[in-house]
Amino acid sequence: MKLLSARRRHPMALVVLLLVGLLLTGGAYALFTSNSSAKAQEYSSDDVAQGQKLFVANCATCHGMSGQGTENGPSLVGVGASSVDFQVGTGRMPLQMSGPQGQVKKQQFNQDQIDQLAAYVASMGPGPSVPEGDYLDASKGDPAKGGGLFRTNCAMCHNVVGAGGALTRGKYAPNLQNVSEKHLYEAMQTGPQNMPIFNDANLTPEQKRDVIAYVRNASEEPSPGGFKLGALGPVAEGLFIWFFGLAAVIGITVWLTARSK
Amino acid sequence: MSNTVTDSKFLTGSARFVESRTGASAAVKEFGRKIFPAHWSFMLGEVALYSFIVLLLSGTFLTLWFKPAMGEMHYEGSFAPLRGVEMSEAYASTLNISFEIRGGLFLRQLHHWAALLFMAALSLHALRIFFTGAYRKPRELNWIVGVALIAMGMAAGFTGYSLPDDLLSGNGLRIIDGLLKSIPLVGTYVSFFLFGGEFPGTDIVSRLYTMHIMLVPAVLIALIGVHLMFVVIHKHTQWPGAGHTEKNVVGEPVLPTFAAKGGGFLFMIFSLLCLIAGLFTINPIWNYGPYDPSPVSAGTQPDWYIGWMDGFLRLMPGWLEFYIAGYPISFNIFSALLVAAVLFGAMIAWPFFEAWLTGDHRDHNILERPRNNPTRTAVGVAATVWYLVMWAAASGDLIAVFFHMSLNDVTYVLRTLFFLGPILGYIVTRRVCLGLQRKDRELVLHGIESGQIIRLPHGEYQERHIAVDPHARWKLTAFESPAPVPARANAKGVVPRSERVRAKFAQFFFENRVEPVTKDELDAAHHDHHGEVEGGHDAELAGAGHGELPKGH
Repeated sequence: MKLLSARRRHPMALVVLLLVGLLLTGGAYALFTSNSSAKAQEYSSDDVAQGQKLFVANCATCHGMSGQGTENGPSLVGVGASSVDFQVGTGRMPLQMSGPQGQVKKQQFNQDQIDQLAAYVASMGPGPSVPEGDYLDASKGDPAKGGGLFRTNCAMCHNVVGAGGALTRGKYAPNLQNVSEKHLYEAMQTGPQNMPIFNDANLTPEQKRDVIAYVRNASEEPSPGGFKLGALGPVAEGLFIWFFGLAAVIGITVWLTARSK
Repeated sequence: MSNTVTDSKFLTGSARFVESRTGASAAVKEFGRKIFPAHWSFMLGEVALYSFIVLLLSGTFLTLWFKPAMGEMHYEGSFAPLRGVEMSEAYASTLNISFEIRGGLFLRQLHHWAALLFMAALSLHALRIFFTGAYRKPRELNWIVGVALIAMGMAAGFTGYSLPDDLLSGNGLRIIDGLLKSIPLVGTYVSFFLFGGEFPGTDIVSRLYTMHIMLVPAVLIALIGVHLMFVVIHKHTQWPGAGHTEKNVVGEPVLPTFAAKGGGFLFMIFSLLCLIAGLFTINPIWNYGPYDPSPVSAGTQPDWYIGWMDGFLRLMPGWLEFYIAGYPISFNIFSALLVAAVLFGAMIAWPFFEAWLTGDHRDHNILERPRNNPTRTAVGVAATVWYLVMWAAASGDLIAVFFHMSLNDVTYVLRTLFFLGPILGYIVTRRVCLGLQRKDRELVLHGIESGQIIRLPHGEYQERHIAVDPHARWKLTAFESPAPVPARANAKGVVPRSERVRAKFAQFFFENRVEPVTKDELDAAHHDHHGEVEGGHDAELAGAGHGELPKGH
């Protein structure tokens, strides 16, 4: 105590006090607003520095030198690490080309680089962090409950089994069958591109896990009825009966009425 | 063989027993001697008939377990992703058929695939009848019965599609509900009457079930009976060919040849459907979940034969709804019913329209090759294009996703094609038909280009043409190309307005035409060639080139 009181008039005391105050309020803010779904990820300052280098080289053209956004790309302040992990992790960012919607392509960065980018973007402002652990374990989810949630919240764009569907003006809801649990969670959490955000008040982390369990179940369980024809419904079935069923029938009729030579 | 049959006391006894009580031999004799000409396109109606038999058999099986009730319950069956979910008894029993009943899923899929094939075969059969002019007198009534069969087939399909009470079928019903409500003035009453109150209510599944398993199939069976009776009464049509006349039918008799073939054909269609049903999923209701009026899945479409009406709704702009004295007129929705009325009405009216237009009221038992009636073929293609545009519009969202296009652009293009497509189809088809007819003339008059160049003794080079053989020539020349009948005065010496309209139409439809090759033209062409070839070469050469042309030597 003596040490403290002795230095209370030190020129740097104000700075230290300010710093402590800021840390406390900021920490408390982060504590109360932080995403309960995933434990906050720790990034070292080195990660942030590396991330900044990657950002400046690959992202700044559109998002601005400090991620403040430009005419060509939105501000990234507050989008969080989760958003970066999704966009870069699925290969959507950096964009392959400009168009109605970012296309999935081969990842341009490895997971370490993605984490560094995420660290840098997360350092711009608080946002959802990358989900981990329990809530990504599809086996702990309830696919029946998830199915109900999926049909109500997701199916109008992604189709009942996540086969995908069209949106306006060339945009589309992608097929979900090969999307990893982590990316499914992040998409719900951050609402990439045209997708709405399903925050924890909309869908609790447990419900998100149920949805993930449903999607995994729908895409991994073998189809009881045989080949799925893309799980696209009556259009695929109609095309099949015309181009294969009726073609086979015509083959039979031609064979039956052929004259023996 | 026949000896052993007549010698068997039991057989003769029982045959006599049946004959003396029913007099069936006359019917067997009549039907057994019916002649079926052999051509693949004459068997499409049979495919529909056999699919219908499969539908009856598999459908009966499904009724043993299906519960047409909308009481709510929690699913406790073996399909894990739906366990504990609240659903109707109808949906639960369909899941039960799919997962618990042995062979249930196979029969459900067989039933549904057979329904798709039934409608596909019906449609193709109708197109064949149309494009060959088989609906002409005396078969107009049977054509109308066929149109009614298509309409009833759609009704059967739709009522069946709605039974499982899954999300997809419920969404389909919602559109029907909207269609009914869009009927001006009475719409809401009609909808409430059908659903027993506000949509969806708790009655609709049992009501549709009654229609699906009793009323609609009974009407279908009755219509099929009438259709087949007419086929026997009218005798079969046949393609033009040597020895084929308006007064005979060349082909195989039902007994024994055609009946054996037909029986085999039934089993082939049956087994093909079984193969498809065993290997390919159709209507995976477990994916769709129980019906709930709030969710609508992406890629929600009706079965293909309803698709054109659904597609029309998707093409229709929403601003066509307006108010008259405070009452909404939902023309944007109601017009789908009008379009259906137009299509079916046009199909029913066409045979009579054509007869009026051409003034041709004779019997026709010889078919026309589509190219030999360019106008009809063009009108048929125009109608088909129109149908296909609406059909494509029903899957506009999938077209957009799979071909990486904008859904809006797909809709704009299809809206344009809705008007332009039939016109283009008409023009192109007529030109193609006329071109093919000219090619036929060319073939008959000049033969097939052999590719052999010969040098005549005086140095001239010529290509040898091989004359088409008489059978092929018959096919190419045996058709009519009537000139449009001009407006004629009636008994009072006045040309009525309707007659002038008719003449205008006839002029428009039949002005451009290609005449079949006449015997004189054939002879003349032959002589021309002879003239060319003559000039010092030997007769043998001419014989090789033109020996097949029988006349004029």
